Amino acid sequence: MARSAVLFVNRLSRAMRRGEGTVAGGRVGLRIDPQLLRHLSAGRLLVAVSGTNGKTTTAALLRAAIGGEVGGNVTGANMPAGHVAALASASTTRFVLEVDEAWLPHVISSSAPRVVCLLNLSRDQLDRASEVRQLAQRWRMMATEAPTTAFVANASDPLIVDALTTATNVTWISVPSSWHADSLSCPRCTAPLDFGERWQCSCGLVEPVASWRIDPEGAISTNGRDIALSLSLPGLFNRVNAAFALAACQLLGIAVDEAAARLSQIEAVQGRYGLRRFGARQVRLLLAKNPAGVAALLDEAGTPSSEVWVAINAQVADGKDPSWLYDAPFERLAGRDVTCLGERRLDLATRLEVDGIASRVVDDVAYLDNAGPLVTIIANYTAFQSWMRETTTW
Amino acid sequence: MVTIALLYPELLGTYGDGGNARVLARRAIARGIATTIISVGTDNPLPDADIYLLGGGEDGPQRFACEALRRSDFTDRVAAGATVLAVCAGLQILGTSFCVEGNDAYAGLGVVDAVTERGPQRAVGDLRVSVAGRALIGFENHGGRTTLGSTAPLGVVEFGVGNDGVVDGFRHHNVFATYAHGPVLAINPWFADELLITALGVTLAPLHTMADELYAERCRAIVPR
Repeated sequence: MARSAVLFVNRLSRAMRRGEGTVAGGRVGLRIDPQLLRHLSAGRLLVAVSGTNGKTTTAALLRAAIGGEVGGNVTGANMPAGHVAALASASTTRFVLEVDEAWLPHVISSSAPRVVCLLNLSRDQLDRASEVRQLAQRWRMMATEAPTTAFVANASDPLIVDALTTATNVTWISVPSSWHADSLSCPRCTAPLDFGERWQCSCGLVEPVASWRIDPEGAISTNGRDIALSLSLPGLFNRVNAAFALAACQLLGIAVDEAAARLSQIEAVQGRYGLRRFGARQVRLLLAKNPAGVAALLDEAGTPSSEVWVAINAQVADGKDPSWLYDAPFERLAGRDVTCLGERRLDLATRLEVDGIASRVVDDVAYLDNAGPLVTIIANYTAFQSWMRETTTW
Repeated sequence: MVTIALLYPELLGTYGDGGNARVLARRAIARGIATTIISVGTDNPLPDADIYLLGGGEDGPQRFACEALRRSDFTDRVAAGATVLAVCAGLQILGTSFCVEGNDAYAGLGVVDAVTERGPQRAVGDLRVSVAGRALIGFENHGGRTTLGSTAPLGVVEFGVGNDGVVDGFRHHNVFATYAHGPVLAINPWFADELLITALGVTLAPLHTMADELYAERCRAIVPR
């Protein structure tokens, strides 16, 4: 009854063009049966993916890596209403769910996933989500309540390592990361951490020994064995996402080398990374919603001579506070030809000016040059969505 | 010459607070004033500086930062006339007591007569404060409700919550405090200049930047209730 209500409302929602029809039905279903997530998960093989950055991409890579028919909340509706809608609308037994960080404890206790990937934790939308340390605290309780859950987790992220103190089944991945701004002080005792070869604290919290490793050049190895991976998606951060997917496959008993071959074919995820068309112009559309995301993307934002357009909104889905612009290393755009777009373009232009970077502020996309050479567009959440509408596949 | 000390950025920097130091530096340099920014870690003694910046932070780091300041000569420097901008957690630390991690009260530095208790709900959203007739625009995100004793507030809340829904922050000697977190000096160029003028005792030539357009746009977007 609750499941058919989900399907009915989602069809209705799509017919009325009130969105992608993945949340409204889930909400109704959960109203009728609060245990719906538990019921729909029973008898299925679930993998959950959570963390601040890389959820959607890692979940997509993991679905490809597993191979065959694998379900998921592919539109990125990553709270229980979206999970319920995805599970109700497909009969496949294998599912990869991306899960909002704050909802992860609830989803684990309801759906008992076989494997849980914990990618990273950093500041994101602080106006509405819990502050990052409070979130880590809730993950800590979650790990205590589900001691046998199999985690694939980021050994380089002190917040995650501390959260998993009581977990007994953890596959650690060592990740090259330049982003420590959210864990400079120890999550256990608040003393400043020592970031050497391995990070450590005087209180005894220390980077665990990892069985998977990604080196700064992107080479992936497990227990000393190199994994060949020619990934189509750009960027070191996507090789990290791929390593999480492969480690999860290993836990599921799937041959890692074959999984690597399957996920290397993914070229774009929900429009991200792929080349798109804006008038006669080729654009590469990148999503970055928080400082760590921007830090990862700026390394991949085209050649130094190419144009960069940055579009920033501050709607509810983006987080209504654009203060994070000052935590993101936009100073790396120095010397580039930068255009500021989006509802908060003046906030962005002011942010760039603080680091001495002159930029162009354009009030309407109609004024943009839609011929010209390849341009990289970096946009946060709702700005990215409007750029998906402004562009078509190349 | 102006020296700006950014205090404990590893603890108090949740909301882009480091931006405030860079804004002060740029506005000073544009007036031909040489500038030094010093990032101060908790293991270091406080340097001699014209302006000290205390940013926002989460509960645990806030308490750690307070203890580091207590060990330092910070209160002596304030009494000697140091110019300070304290934002959010920084504001709470300067009072007589504050609550973090539930309802346990911790002793603050007691620089000002202000008590921060846990509010009924977090104050999250745009903040507009009238400071001597000028609008201060920002974003607040805090769980504290601050009650001032004999200390004067920074200004009157026109939109948002601030200390208690009525007034925001405080002004004591050369200490300015507000709940408008993050890059408050980037959004409010007049406020940045006021800090420089207070610290240096000079007058400053007008400076037109992109921030003027942002400030005008934010003033239009966030109107008094």
